Amino acid sequence: MRIVESTTTSLSGDAQTAVRWNRKDLLGLRELSVDELNFILETADAFKQVGTREIKKVPALRGKTLVNFFVEPSTRTRTSFELAAFRLSADVINISATASSLTKGETLKDTARNLEALHADILVLRHSSAGAPQFLANRLEASVINAGDGAHEHPTQALLDLCTIREKRGKIAGLHVAIIGDILFSRVARSNIFGLVKLGAHVTLVGPSTLVPREFEKLGVQISHKIDNVLPSADVVNLLRVQHERQRKEYFPGTGEYTRFFGLTKERAKLLKPDCLIMHPGPINRGVEIDSEVADGLQSVILDQVTNGLAVRMAVLYLCGGIATT
Amino acid sequence: MSATIIRNGRVIDPANKHDEVVDLLIVDGKVAPLSQLPTLSSQPDEMNAGGLIVAPGLIDMHVHLREPGFGHKETIESGARAAAAGGFTTIVCMPNTSPVADDPSTIAWIKSRAATAACVNILPAGAISKDLAGEELAPIGSLAQAGIVAITDDGHCIQNHELMRRAVEYARMVEVPVLDHCQDYNFVGNGVVNEGYWSTLLGLPGWPAAGEEAIVMRNILLAELCDHHIHCQHVTTAKSVRLLREARRRGVKISGEVCPHHVALTDEAIQNFDTNYKVNPPLRAQTDVDALLEGISDGTLSILASDHAPHADFEKEVEFDAAPFGIIGLETELGLFVDLLVHKHRRVDIVRLIEMYTAEPAKLLKLEAGTLSVGAPADVTLLNPDLEWTVQIDKFESESRNSPFNGWKLKGRAVRTIVGGKTVWELD
Repeated sequence: MRIVESTTTSLSGDAQTAVRWNRKDLLGLRELSVDELNFILETADAFKQVGTREIKKVPALRGKTLVNFFVEPSTRTRTSFELAAFRLSADVINISATASSLTKGETLKDTARNLEALHADILVLRHSSAGAPQFLANRLEASVINAGDGAHEHPTQALLDLCTIREKRGKIAGLHVAIIGDILFSRVARSNIFGLVKLGAHVTLVGPSTLVPREFEKLGVQISHKIDNVLPSADVVNLLRVQHERQRKEYFPGTGEYTRFFGLTKERAKLLKPDCLIMHPGPINRGVEIDSEVADGLQSVILDQVTNGLAVRMAVLYLCGGIATT
Repeated sequence: MSATIIRNGRVIDPANKHDEVVDLLIVDGKVAPLSQLPTLSSQPDEMNAGGLIVAPGLIDMHVHLREPGFGHKETIESGARAAAAGGFTTIVCMPNTSPVADDPSTIAWIKSRAATAACVNILPAGAISKDLAGEELAPIGSLAQAGIVAITDDGHCIQNHELMRRAVEYARMVEVPVLDHCQDYNFVGNGVVNEGYWSTLLGLPGWPAAGEEAIVMRNILLAELCDHHIHCQHVTTAKSVRLLREARRRGVKISGEVCPHHVALTDEAIQNFDTNYKVNPPLRAQTDVDALLEGISDGTLSILASDHAPHADFEKEVEFDAAPFGIIGLETELGLFVDLLVHKHRRVDIVRLIEMYTAEPAKLLKLEAGTLSVGAPADVTLLNPDLEWTVQIDKFESESRNSPFNGWKLKGRAVRTIVGGKTVWELD
């Protein structure tokens, strides 16, 4: 149950772990304390180096069974969780909505209880309904990890964003982070807002007024509909995918106009400070929210995010998986 | 002959502006004058109501009894028992059953089932449109002949303003009031909770206040155009109250009702995704609750009702988006309203509260019930407005348990329910 050869002090003893982490589930960042957030990030830092070794595996979750239960399609997040579990030596099965009995009319609760009856220890859930992970967490002994629920939260995505910012800029407090795009329907935006505000960043949400309603100001962030005014002072820009598939089309006139007003074009990228980080949770719509060259440019840390996603998910599985059995 | 005399109660009969401590005589199921007492052939049964209020049997004009078609949620029999346990002697059942109550044969079935199984008076409402589809009119005249007391597409809302206009005009001819669930489908879309701070925070699809207000406004225009009464069911927003207040001042035939959950709770309650708080229209913001209270105290909102909407546990115990809308209310509404409106917020006195549950709905629906006039059916509710009690859902008479009020401590409740001179429920 311990990370072998951990180089950080934060993982040096169970007693300390017990004090700093006692949740079996990770449902969102809203309910986490600053200390819990920092502890996950410190734990992730400890796991980063595992991926650089020749033998990329530790025995932390050996003998545990993890179920990737994806009731909404995802490739990148599912693969990342799967690989993270492999690196922790857990046994993994993947269930997708079409393959599961949900299509036969079984309820989510019954499906999950059946999985638990097979002694699944950790359930990683992706679901189109906000609150579905909490619904299961309240009813199961197993750990429930939210891998994205509707437009609610996507905590591991936000944690990997935080992890990447910390890695590149050495801190989070005091930085100006612009989150640009479809905020209303974005679970990534919500989890980022909760995490960033707790850790002391200044957050500006940028996007069309239909997708960035004023209500968000109550979450402790600023709102702008003029991207050119925001870019010069940003330390980080996090571009969200414009999610055509989720939107009724009345929300904005089309991707052409979106790009004209909010796309991070080559020209606009010149407004950025030289050390400003460009982030994107993927998958990228090249030419819509970001120009291809900008996505591949020197300021882009999009692939670092993917790498850090693995470490963050190892940390989350390790922490929650450890609690579930004690 | 059977006779009962209810002694020493405070008789409150708002329809007759009557409020005094006096005995109430019941002979052969009807309210009788006390002068008849010496002429009775035998001694009446005595009932002591000292310290209690003797009110006309309460009317809940917004109840889903689920039969025919959904007996696993509620039946006419169990719903009637729940009504009795809540102090109600007359309830109006909504037409969204299976089959839909859009045909005289279904109304006849409900009435015959009620006659054999129900311990309170069941008055059916008929559909406005066939199959509640909002496309063509149900046979409103035949439904009226079959004994409906109102028409409504409750749970649905006719979006086609022209169809609604013709429905209201037609209803005027056959003299049935129109009740409407006010919801603009384009505004509301797939919304499941009030659009506002909590929907934003939780990422749940929002149901904006304007989705109700647009239809309240439509109904005000149609009530004027057609010169016929439209009653807005379960009003929830501040601007709806404002629109209704202005229209009623001008004499428009429009009214509104309030449900207990919309004044007892705000949308903050949804934060743990508990589907017992999922209801349509949704729980609103504190500013809306304040406006509802204001509307109740100034008479803009004149009727109280539960929108009792039973669902089985397995139906509610699903993802928030997937869960059906609805809260049961028959066994908690009186306690909640007395507690909140009379005691806590002091918005109305107990006399007005009883009026909103008796004379007001009786006037709207043109019922004999809702009064203790001599000759009226002896439907009587004995209530103790100061009795403190705790809601326990496992004690409910309803088939369903989808109430968010379990464990609430309330002040005020019914202690005995009398229908046609017979006690149908009494507090243990």
